Amino acid sequence: MRQSRIKWHIIVFLAPAVLVYTAIMIVPLFNTLRLSLFTEVDQERVYVGLENFRTLFGDPRWSESFWNALGNNFWFFFIHMLVQNPIGILLAALLSNPRLRFSALYRTAIFVPTILSFVIVGFAWKLILSPIWGIAPEMLDAVGLGFLYQPWLGLEETSLTTLALISVWQFVGIPMMLIYAALLSIPDEILEAGECDGITGMSAFWKIKLPLILPSIGIISILTFVGNFNAFDLIYAAQGALAGPNFATDILGTFMYRTFFGFQLQLGDPHMGSAIASAMFVIILIGVCFYLFAIQSRMRRYQF
Amino acid sequence: MNKARRNPFNLAAAHGILIVYTIIALFPVFVILINSFKERRSIFREPLALPHSESFSTVGYETVFNQGDFFLYFQNSLIVTVASLFFVLLFGAMAAFALAEYKFKGNTLMGLYLALGIMIPIRIGTVAILEMMVSTGLVNTLWALILVYTAQGLPLAVFILSEFMRQVSDDLKNAGRIDGLSEYTIFFRLVLPLVRPAMATVAVFNMIPIWNDLWFPLILAPAEETKTLTLGSQVFIGQFVTDWNAVLSALSMAILPVMVLYVIFSRQLIRGITSGAVK
Repeated sequence: MRQSRIKWHIIVFLAPAVLVYTAIMIVPLFNTLRLSLFTEVDQERVYVGLENFRTLFGDPRWSESFWNALGNNFWFFFIHMLVQNPIGILLAALLSNPRLRFSALYRTAIFVPTILSFVIVGFAWKLILSPIWGIAPEMLDAVGLGFLYQPWLGLEETSLTTLALISVWQFVGIPMMLIYAALLSIPDEILEAGECDGITGMSAFWKIKLPLILPSIGIISILTFVGNFNAFDLIYAAQGALAGPNFATDILGTFMYRTFFGFQLQLGDPHMGSAIASAMFVIILIGVCFYLFAIQSRMRRYQF
Repeated sequence: MNKARRNPFNLAAAHGILIVYTIIALFPVFVILINSFKERRSIFREPLALPHSESFSTVGYETVFNQGDFFLYFQNSLIVTVASLFFVLLFGAMAAFALAEYKFKGNTLMGLYLALGIMIPIRIGTVAILEMMVSTGLVNTLWALILVYTAQGLPLAVFILSEFMRQVSDDLKNAGRIDGLSEYTIFFRLVLPLVRPAMATVAVFNMIPIWNDLWFPLILAPAEETKTLTLGSQVFIGQFVTDWNAVLSALSMAILPVMVLYVIFSRQLIRGITSGAVK
């Protein structure tokens, strides 16, 4: 009897979260995917199937920008994986040494850039690297490397890498913290057992600790991937919506913003914007599925 | 026995690397802050010197206070952040309780449905969100931002909180039921106080991304009276780009509130990350 009654309290508990989440997140997500199949003709919405995608990938006026943004986005991600995660692991490995003093102080200080907004980070670095102010050239001069200075953010060849490194500077605290937590959770007995077998110092790190923190490195990689492929703020704050110089720093986020919101003389086009958003969705989905099915399921988790 | 760990040289090298990296991490903030208190010529002549009696000036801050409505921006950011956190925590905890406590058809499915949003960024749906906000007349109101940030924060909040709520003892809840408490009283009076540390973790995780977001304020609420501090400083700096005093002061003023929050909550934040709540 009681089993068949509707349990109202369950519905009351679930309703607000499910409603807000569905209405603001899930429905717009699918609506955006749907909008990418339409276009506007004479102020009316017309169904065009996959025509927008054909334009996006095939029409030279669009596809050039799209492949440029996609390529830049992969380079952006590549720099993060190559620089951010090794530095994060190195810092975490140093911090996890139980005999190190002031480790809480270092942790707190190194995490500071992560809490700053992109606007602050973007402008602060823009000022520091600016040839007008001259902090960067002067500091390089002081160590005798002045000839290396270039206006890195203003040059097509270097601006994207510079911005990626600024983003690394900002977010290195996150891999550091997660790896640090993973390293702390390794029981002492395992390390002591290794010591008895003569595995200490660096080799203990490579042979014992690193395999044990691989799952955390996997999580960091997928977080970085998702974060990088919907990045926008830093590029917008530092280089503006045009992602200059000459679109050298354009990534999918800025490309979508320009397309759907319009800029200067180009009018905003919500349908092409949706098409770009759908492409971003598919890329992120592929990344997440790859992580879940190809990496996470094969990784062995150790229970202590 | 363990030479490597006791080797003082290794420890010194570790300190060396960490000190160098700490300087790299803090240097830009430091440069911005000291130069915001200098007059224009000293900013360029001696950018790395501390402000002294000759170079000290607050002219940048005066411009910021006269030209920009930073107090309003700050207030908007505060309202949006606090209200979003309130809804994320309340709705998130309620849903987490339902998923952790009751056995009902579709429980696992509902959990998975709510977890989808952990990995898929809400920004993908921006075009349709904007359309919806325009048609409901919520565009250029703080409510638009509050709703979006609530939806954005809920998936992770439900995930973390339900993990914690599974650990609350059944005996306690059943004792409450025998005493005739309703399910609502059990949730608000017995369970919520016990998961307060997890709630704090969720709050701190959500606080910084909401406060710092530029995308949604730019698209959903760019009007002067709804600008958040992040968007406000972006626009202000864009307009005053040649007035270095004003730019540096605006940056310093944008840094200040986050730094205060960070100093207050850094222990909670670092404990939250390292406790493995997000693994």
